[in-house]
Amino acid sequence: MNAENPVWALISTFGLMSLFAVGGAAAAVPEMQRIAVDVHHWMTDKQFTDAYAIAQLSPGPNVLIVTLIGYAVAGIPGALAATLAMCLPTALVAYYVSRLLNRPSQSRWPALIQAALVPLSIGLMAASALILAQSTDRTIAAVLLTAMVAVIASVSRINPLWLLLAGGLLGFAGIV
Amino acid sequence: MSTDSAPAVEEPDQPASVAAPPSLTALFVAFARMSLAGFGGVLVFARQAIVEQHRWMTADEFNETFALCHFLPGPNIVNLSMVFGARLRGIAGGVAAFAGLLLPPTLIMTVLAIAYARLGDLEVLRRILAGISCAAVGLLIAVVFRMMTPVLKRMEAVALIPMLGVFLAIGVLRLPLQAVLLVAIPVSVGATFLVRRKVAT
Repeated sequence: MNAENPVWALISTFGLMSLFAVGGAAAAVPEMQRIAVDVHHWMTDKQFTDAYAIAQLSPGPNVLIVTLIGYAVAGIPGALAATLAMCLPTALVAYYVSRLLNRPSQSRWPALIQAALVPLSIGLMAASALILAQSTDRTIAAVLLTAMVAVIASVSRINPLWLLLAGGLLGFAGIV
Repeated sequence: MSTDSAPAVEEPDQPASVAAPPSLTALFVAFARMSLAGFGGVLVFARQAIVEQHRWMTADEFNETFALCHFLPGPNIVNLSMVFGARLRGIAGGVAAFAGLLLPPTLIMTVLAIAYARLGDLEVLRRILAGISCAAVGLLIAVVFRMMTPVLKRMEAVALIPMLGVFLAIGVLRLPLQAVLLVAIPVSVGATFLVRRKVAT
């Protein structure tokens, strides 16, 4: 890795990470946090959780948190490089694999591997939740807000945007 | 998440291939629209647009395509756009759907990144973002909980142990993802294989 050019560091980091990101963007959050905060010191812990909040609040796939990380590292070129590095290689892999699998076959390996990956991806996402909670929920009010949103979103079909806006209002009011 | 959230009104049984495949522009616009509607995740809106609104796929075809994209690495919905577009219009269709999904929100996100770099230290903005962060973590917990429900219902050690193991290794011990997956994937696949063979015989 060429450590002198930050754009190249972004491309190699996220390109590689995406190829291991089984279970989607949420499952990759702990690794992003570890790399961006602990390894490369691209952002502070606080900046990372802010980026996560902004990515959740804006439209589009949640994986676009990498756009914010890329911008923090290297401005607009960094934002675009990080986004493409995270999204394009695996999309091409998916394209080729789907063409292969379109031929009907009797193999039970795809179903078996998929069944084996499901618990791993859930475990990864639970780890994401824990790591993010540790950096956001520093007061009792904050813990309560997180817990309430978790319960409401679990039992109802409310649009997530309303819960995010409610969190923003409570933050604005200085309650959390 | 995809199956339980859409209204069950008149889903087409006929394969979409009866209709003429959409133009590249139509693919780009359709994916841009579902992407911009997708606050807190695009999957729900993607299913609604592809299956119910445009009827480009049946519900089953959509589930199969999504399952494939979930088991491949990378952001699921981005993979889905490429695979789906390519099924309808070849590689050009894949690129059109991919660009539609990513281009508009990436531009929005870049503008937000610039705004954050200038205003991120404002006390008011800090407080608002702190509140949103707490809510966002709550949403993530809810998604994890929903995904976990079928696993918890079955109570199989072959699923519970890898799930807990990965959670502890990444969430508590903070080990690197690659190392954990390098161990966990073969172990989980092997264990699933052995359990299923035992059931089959």
